[in-house]
Amino acid sequence: MDIIVTIKQVPDPEAPKESFRIDEEAKRILNPANVDPVINGYDENAIEAALQLKEAVGGKVTALCMGEESATRALKQALAMGVDEAILLHDPAFADADATATAYVLAAAIRKLGKYDLILCGRQASDWDQAQVPSGIAEYLDLPSVTAVQKVEVRDGTVRVERILEDGYEVIELPMPCLVTVSNEANRPRYPTLKGIMAAGKKQIPVWNAAALEVDPARVGRAGSLTRVVKLYIPRFEGSCEFIEGETPEEMGEKLALRLRELKII
Amino acid sequence: MTQGVMVFAETTGGTLASIAKELLGAGRKLADALGEPLLAAVLGHGVQEAAQEAVYHGADTVYVADAPVLETYQTASYTAVMAQIVAQAQPSILLIGMSDNGRDLAPRLAFRLGTGLASDCVDLAINPETKLLEATRPVSGGNAMATVVIEKTRPQMATVRAKTMEPAVRDPSRQGTLVPVEVTLDPATLPARVIERVKAKAEGVRLEDAEIVIAGGRGLKGPEDFYALLEPCAKLLGGAVGASRAAVDEGWVPTQMQIGLTGKIISPKLYIACAISGAAQHMAGCGYAKTIVAINRDPDAPIFQRAHLGVVGDYKKVIPAFHKKCEELLKK
Repeated sequence: MDIIVTIKQVPDPEAPKESFRIDEEAKRILNPANVDPVINGYDENAIEAALQLKEAVGGKVTALCMGEESATRALKQALAMGVDEAILLHDPAFADADATATAYVLAAAIRKLGKYDLILCGRQASDWDQAQVPSGIAEYLDLPSVTAVQKVEVRDGTVRVERILEDGYEVIELPMPCLVTVSNEANRPRYPTLKGIMAAGKKQIPVWNAAALEVDPARVGRAGSLTRVVKLYIPRFEGSCEFIEGETPEEMGEKLALRLRELKII
Repeated sequence: MTQGVMVFAETTGGTLASIAKELLGAGRKLADALGEPLLAAVLGHGVQEAAQEAVYHGADTVYVADAPVLETYQTASYTAVMAQIVAQAQPSILLIGMSDNGRDLAPRLAFRLGTGLASDCVDLAINPETKLLEATRPVSGGNAMATVVIEKTRPQMATVRAKTMEPAVRDPSRQGTLVPVEVTLDPATLPARVIERVKAKAEGVRLEDAEIVIAGGRGLKGPEDFYALLEPCAKLLGGAVGASRAAVDEGWVPTQMQIGLTGKIISPKLYIACAISGAAQHMAGCGYAKTIVAINRDPDAPIFQRAHLGVVGDYKKVIPAFHKKCEELLKK
């Protein structure tokens, strides 16, 4: 079975809150200083799901990433986790792509790969939180799709998933090829082993640019984007917290109850 | 020429869902700002009454796709029928709720229509000069906010976060037109099959409906205190227990208890956060609570910037004392 996983390199969401930076002028979310970027967390769940399927039914897992040259870092990590092949989609023309232009390039790369049974993506990326690109890939490739699943299995040539609902989940069966987006509930991504890291170090990561992908220059990057960010800012919250004072935590607990009663909240 | 603000008015059990009323409320304001009509799309089976309700909640024209094939949501069927309705109605703006189904439908539909989409918006406005929709949405889990416009393509699409818009007020004297939509989809051509729907076991008050929510985070260090300390206290106050994503990822409590960007978004009267640091991703789920109480040992925890009342202390000691005092107060 041929599985393709799409990944994105993002600023580390675990980085200290104070280190969060944006460029208001260029409308970009910046990587914090001294904190290495990481694979988007949900994409790690997608990689893990792909590796588990490969272990169960055999096959090959290919990771695709559109990004700067520095995104080879994320692809190396994917290789170290156990992905068989990794390809970087990079071209200066791809910069500042919105979901539409990103999905267009990823779909072109998947077409170029040609052979696939299942495409797995993270449910959303933790920088822009759009959750649009996977549905776009599915639409461009005319594939059935299901988003935000907590379980994905393959049985008798059919993909069976559990789509998360507010009050439970629904079990859906899809024919292959299809596209599924994976949520964090699905699994706990493995850590790369030393052996995996060594093997990844030796692997080449091909770079496919606009020419290699034979894409329409008008449909990539900023030129191909349909949405435009006109304002990007960090919201400020005035700290107006009323602290409950007390000698001991027990006393503060009692006072909290009294205060909430006074405010007629309980 | 596109005209009108359309909302995808979801139904639950044949009636308008709360998110639909919120969208109709928000959509009405945008339509009035543009001087254009408010349109609604109602899809399902046995939804005539809900369509009429959409009129009572502010819609001027409601496109009703009522067919057995639309009984349960499926990406393929809903995308196809919505694309058909948009082609027929030609709205300039299309709003969809960030619900279980809306979040799946909206991006697929945007790509089908070849238009742009702003996801998970919390504020919508019409620019008085350009007349464009300005959709504001949290990014990086709420660490920043972005305002997005869609200039070249129509409709301008946005998904809207639950409980961020004032719901429309029902007025049964309102008049509107219902337009039946012909559904020609053959269920046999749908690629996916919904095998079953599994409801999570829910006891007591539903988290979304609870007036009072007590939640725990990574600082609880295990499942025990959720059940030994938080649950009895929530029960006493007639509330429910929630959790941060960290606690869910650790496997301490089930997914359905997760509050935050990718969990539930709630707006209770009182939210008590125990040992939760208050990451933006979490605050996205509880920031609309009327009163937020933070209990945390770390006086520098970001949650205190968002809390109305704060206790710097160990929840292990604060909660039992709080519980006991509440018991006394409630007896009076």
